[in-house]
Amino acid sequence: MKAPRLISLILVLALAFGLVSGASAQDVSGDLEIFSWWTGGGEEAGLNALIERFSELYPEVNVINSAVAGGSGVNARAVLTTRMLGGDPPDTFQVHAGEELNALWVEAGLMEPLNDIYEENGWLDDFPQGLLDLISDDEGNIYVVPVNIHRSNVLWYVPGNLEEWGVTVPADWDEFLNTTCPALQEAGVTPLSVGENWTQAHLWESVALAELGAEGYNGLWNGETNWASPEVVGVFETFGQILDCTNEDRNALTWQDASQMVAEGRAAFNVMGDWAAGYFLVDLALEPGEGFAWAPSPGTEGVFMMLSDTFGLPKNAPNPEAVRAWLSFLGTPEAQDIFNPLKGSLPANTSANIDDPELYNAYFQEAYEDWTTNVIVGSQAHGAVAPQAFTNGFANIIATFAADRDAASASASAAELALQTGVGR
Amino acid sequence: MISSLNRDRVIAFLMLLPSIVLVAIFVYGFIGWTGWTSLTNSNALQQLSGQPAQFVGLQNYTELFAGMLNNRFRIDIVNTVFFTILFIALCLSLGMGLAMLLDQQVKGESIFRTIFLFPMALSFVVTGVVWKWLFNPSSGLNVLPTFIGLQPFRFEWFISEQRWLEFNWQDLPQILAIILLGVVVLAALIAWSRKRSQLAALLAAGAILLIALISFEVPRQLNALSRPETHGFNLALFAVVVAAGWQMSGYTMAMYLAGLRGIPEELREAARVDGATELGVYRHVVLPMLAPITLSAMIILGHISLKIFDLVYTLGGGDNLWIDMPGINMFFTTFRAQEFARGAAIAMIMLIMVAVVIVPYLATQLRSEVER
Repeated sequence: MKAPRLISLILVLALAFGLVSGASAQDVSGDLEIFSWWTGGGEEAGLNALIERFSELYPEVNVINSAVAGGSGVNARAVLTTRMLGGDPPDTFQVHAGEELNALWVEAGLMEPLNDIYEENGWLDDFPQGLLDLISDDEGNIYVVPVNIHRSNVLWYVPGNLEEWGVTVPADWDEFLNTTCPALQEAGVTPLSVGENWTQAHLWESVALAELGAEGYNGLWNGETNWASPEVVGVFETFGQILDCTNEDRNALTWQDASQMVAEGRAAFNVMGDWAAGYFLVDLALEPGEGFAWAPSPGTEGVFMMLSDTFGLPKNAPNPEAVRAWLSFLGTPEAQDIFNPLKGSLPANTSANIDDPELYNAYFQEAYEDWTTNVIVGSQAHGAVAPQAFTNGFANIIATFAADRDAASASASAAELALQTGVGR
Repeated sequence: MISSLNRDRVIAFLMLLPSIVLVAIFVYGFIGWTGWTSLTNSNALQQLSGQPAQFVGLQNYTELFAGMLNNRFRIDIVNTVFFTILFIALCLSLGMGLAMLLDQQVKGESIFRTIFLFPMALSFVVTGVVWKWLFNPSSGLNVLPTFIGLQPFRFEWFISEQRWLEFNWQDLPQILAIILLGVVVLAALIAWSRKRSQLAALLAAGAILLIALISFEVPRQLNALSRPETHGFNLALFAVVVAAGWQMSGYTMAMYLAGLRGIPEELREAARVDGATELGVYRHVVLPMLAPITLSAMIILGHISLKIFDLVYTLGGGDNLWIDMPGINMFFTTFRAQEFARGAAIAMIMLIMVAVVIVPYLATQLRSEVER
């Protein structure tokens, strides 16, 4: 009788010990360097709140926040690449889900699979399958933990202003070009505001999604839609006509400037990702639904173009134990509910507390509804469906097209670029 | 005696050795490494996955000059040429003008000198941000005339899409040949007027050869670009020229002022005694003596303008092709597209451009020092 008792005692003890070490993890210690480009506004506040809570859970871990400012991540990625090449990886770093992760870091074999973390926490059911597909390889290895979801194809406007100018939200770009745009130009209002180069590329992807449909748009990235086809030339033609309805000083404006034009009534519409909601809410202190309102960008009803910020574990990270603790924390509903209301994005974990209106405002309630019901596609301008080299080359194509308006040449250049950078292979 | 000389030499060599080694590694070693990288297909993926880079010869260079996707690089080259010419011209004329005014024994000269020199103390980044606000088409300099009841300026500064002197890149060999022809003809005329008939005849023969080549369209066949591509002088560059000129003309002024102070008063007096007007004194005495200063200023301004990055980056935001420069393209190609080899090729071309300006200057300086 004694022996089984002893065994069960040992088992209980082991279990208890295991639970303790798994839950509060007193054995995790040392430095944890977190690398990101979140250095301002809600992003920084969100990251700091995450770090604060993490430090409460793991007091032994010394968190080092090494964020690199500027260039919407270009500078940070330059530093990151240099550090990875020099064999000095940070413990964990921010990367967009999709090709930005897959075509470089995973392809080069520098990321640790994190399936065990997902299984331990039961996240395989908590995170949407479409998102998991973007962050895993063909063998099913998952490489990062997503913190948030942003929507790219959103049209922003001020309802009161539209009423005053006598226009409605256009259902597609045809309506916008033929009805909305002339009416607004007559009224002396900029129909659509847009900013510097990358915001133009951002507008382009919404136009492409509308003109090609979700399947055709995805085809651009998996090789089924030919970049040199008449359909893509048509996208550029429509895009050119839309540019004619935008403000002339676009190259002098940031995305905030362009969004502000809508808020101040100098422009009617603006296509921008839903980080603009945070800008309207926090920086401009507007009421959702009155001070600003939203719709899917014209012709993309029922499609959710997404991007997502994620964190992963690079091979040779100095302190992998701490990273695993950090990532296990990052995916929890608690962490997602700390970060996303501050950053102004949707939680990636479906068991997060999205219904709480204290945390997520009307825009996010509605966007979450779309996120769970719509067709999901990835954003090109934000690294989800195309590698860095393509995004860089595409910036040139957009800038050249904005100047010469040669749709056929732009489409041919994009086809060549896709070929050279391995898009659609 | 001899042994102590030898000891001195050994000590001198030992003293110099650390800097020689450091410069050899960190300057020339890395230039060599960049040159090698530009001949490979190195990129981030290949580097990170630890595969060896493959040698591809001059492919990156031909891509830059003739590749369909690299029109941005060709825009950069054209922009650099126009920007350099205008920037140097503005700084030299403004700098010399200010120096001459200050040279008139004005009251409070040191205050003016400080004011004119002040912008140079700023970083180009600050200049870029400030002038970005000033140049904003709807709120900056353009609204100045409205304060006195006039219409605002309509020029859109750094986002202007106007272009002068348009040409097709495919015609570039032809254009360069015609420019070369002009230079040769001019040289031949000068040689002829100086009674050096042999040289004149040689140059004339060269000119006839060039005319023949051009009329048989030989340069046109050197065109490697598959479709026409319009380039020209982008008026948006005026914004960069003004901002950069604002910053650097004070520096040029200081150089010229030092030069003017170095001209002995006796020379001017002598000229005046000979009956020269004040203008004549400047034209025949002062300006010729300032020639070495002008050369130094051109070298210094030239290498600034060829390498310019920060000013244009902050002014234009990075992807504004109307004022784009090779430095920005190099940064984006290397770190945004992560195509290291292509970026290295742009860096090498920038190095060659700067070397074309600097090396002859250094060589003459060195020669004159040896002569001394």
